[in-house]
Amino acid sequence: MMANILTVARRELRDDLRNHWALAITGVFAALALAIAYFGAATAGHVGFTSFAATIASLVTLAAFVIPLIALLVAYDAIVGERDAGTLTLLLSYPLSRLELVAGKFLGHSVLLAVATLLGFGLALGVIEMAVPETRTLAALRNIGTFMISAALLGASFVALACLISAAAKEKARAAGLALLAWLALVILFDLVLLAALVLSGGSATEQALYPWLLLLNPIDVFRLINLTGLGAHGSSAFFMAMTGAHAYSPAVLYGALLAWTAVPLLAAAALFARTEM
Amino acid sequence: MPSAVEFAGVTKRYGRSVVLDGISAALPAGEIIGLLGHNGAGKTTLIKLALGLVTASEGKVSVLGSAPVGAGARRLRARIGYLPENVAFYGNFTGREVIAYFAHLKRAPEREAVALLDRVGLSDAAARPVRTYSKGMRQRLGLAQALLGAPDLFFLDEPTTGLDPLATQQFFDLIGELRAQGRTVVISSHLLAELEPHLDRALIVRQGQMVAQGTVADMHAAAGLPDTILARFTDDGDAALKAPWLAALALPLKHRGNGVLEIEVPAARKMVVMRRLIETGSLCDISLREPTLARLYAALGDGAKERAV
Repeated sequence: MMANILTVARRELRDDLRNHWALAITGVFAALALAIAYFGAATAGHVGFTSFAATIASLVTLAAFVIPLIALLVAYDAIVGERDAGTLTLLLSYPLSRLELVAGKFLGHSVLLAVATLLGFGLALGVIEMAVPETRTLAALRNIGTFMISAALLGASFVALACLISAAAKEKARAAGLALLAWLALVILFDLVLLAALVLSGGSATEQALYPWLLLLNPIDVFRLINLTGLGAHGSSAFFMAMTGAHAYSPAVLYGALLAWTAVPLLAAAALFARTEM
Repeated sequence: MPSAVEFAGVTKRYGRSVVLDGISAALPAGEIIGLLGHNGAGKTTLIKLALGLVTASEGKVSVLGSAPVGAGARRLRARIGYLPENVAFYGNFTGREVIAYFAHLKRAPEREAVALLDRVGLSDAAARPVRTYSKGMRQRLGLAQALLGAPDLFFLDEPTTGLDPLATQQFFDLIGELRAQGRTVVISSHLLAELEPHLDRALIVRQGQMVAQGTVADMHAAAGLPDTILARFTDDGDAALKAPWLAALALPLKHRGNGVLEIEVPAARKMVVMRRLIETGSLCDISLREPTLARLYAALGDGAKERAV
């Protein structure tokens, strides 16, 4: 089983490299990260690399927008693209299960995104570290590590979601539309709806207890929580302040939520694909 | 002879649309079998059922003694070679990379994959991206991947599409070799004239129904179509045309010019008629044509009810 998954993953990865996806994503991550870190405080009247906490907070905000978008863009046609190209029927006539095909696609795209994240953001953080002496501490390095790992997991969860969309869609164009809708819903609408519900409800005790858990229903919020609570800076976001109050999440819960956000869509994609007739 | 593939009362529906309707057939192992029918007749669906890519709404499918879906499917697929209609590959990859990818999936050694590229005449193009291949080259690459792992059973869907005459001949030579090795080859096609000389057996499908199945010779007999005698005479056929025996038989005949008469004759009487034509004394050449598969297809298809022959 693993041999087939690795064969498919290697092909996907090689295809992504040949399409220059890896280079483009790494470049985009590095350029945006450097730009936002340097100009992040421009509204306050100064430019340049400022405090480490502010820089990481800016990078988290950037990653929360960009990583899901790129993950969806890279993987939305994982299955439906093969169907459109006419290669899927042939592939499935081989001793290759549909679960193996989905898992291989997921693995290939996730590795690409993880490497691009490490290189792109790593490059930017390297530059920042040279410019801001306070980053040369163990705590700062731990925060950078947390950011990298959680960013890679965020990418994986959106690749899994893209695989689900790709398995469900009948055509590539429809998959692209669904991917865009998913991005819009999770990146923008989800938090707005929660905030509106909080304001409209007046915030009873039951609701106050519920809202922190509702944040776990969105992998982007989980990613933010991992990084902002890790920084001790989640008070820097009014949204998180309102939603979580004094609630403390254990790292196991947050990482578990991100892993669940990867496993559930992936298994759903495999189950849906298994029922699809060619 | 054991069956390589068996369909028992197989019906396939998509919503309200019935694509296959109660198909029953047994495809003997070690033969070249033609799956014939118009586009949309249900040929590809039959192949997909045998490959386990779709499941039957009713009935049972057995391939090399196993069900094509479920626990044994993986092992079964390792024994099957498939060339889909309009085969497509990854355009960014070279021919060698494509065949190596499929070889990995089939646990076939990479040296076998390279040898197969040579076998189908793609060695020189092996390092080129597949997007630069002509349709015929893609078809040959498709054939190479179908041969990976030396399968016992082949399903080839419109395999000669895009092949030039030489490549088509090479393809049929290869199919002949596979047959000699005892492998079963199922070829789906609507190019009946091209396929006819190579088939041991045919299944004719029309509008989702099996209208005929059997050996080609048996189909000739069952269809009851007349043979055609082409006879050339030195006297433009005058003696024969005036012969009372020919008038008495009331056979349909045409004067083709150059002294050639074309006479349609029931198979059972062809020897008698040819002997009589020789006896006219003015015959200088004679040949006999049996009904083509295309004529059989047209004749057997009328009425759309199965004739097991």
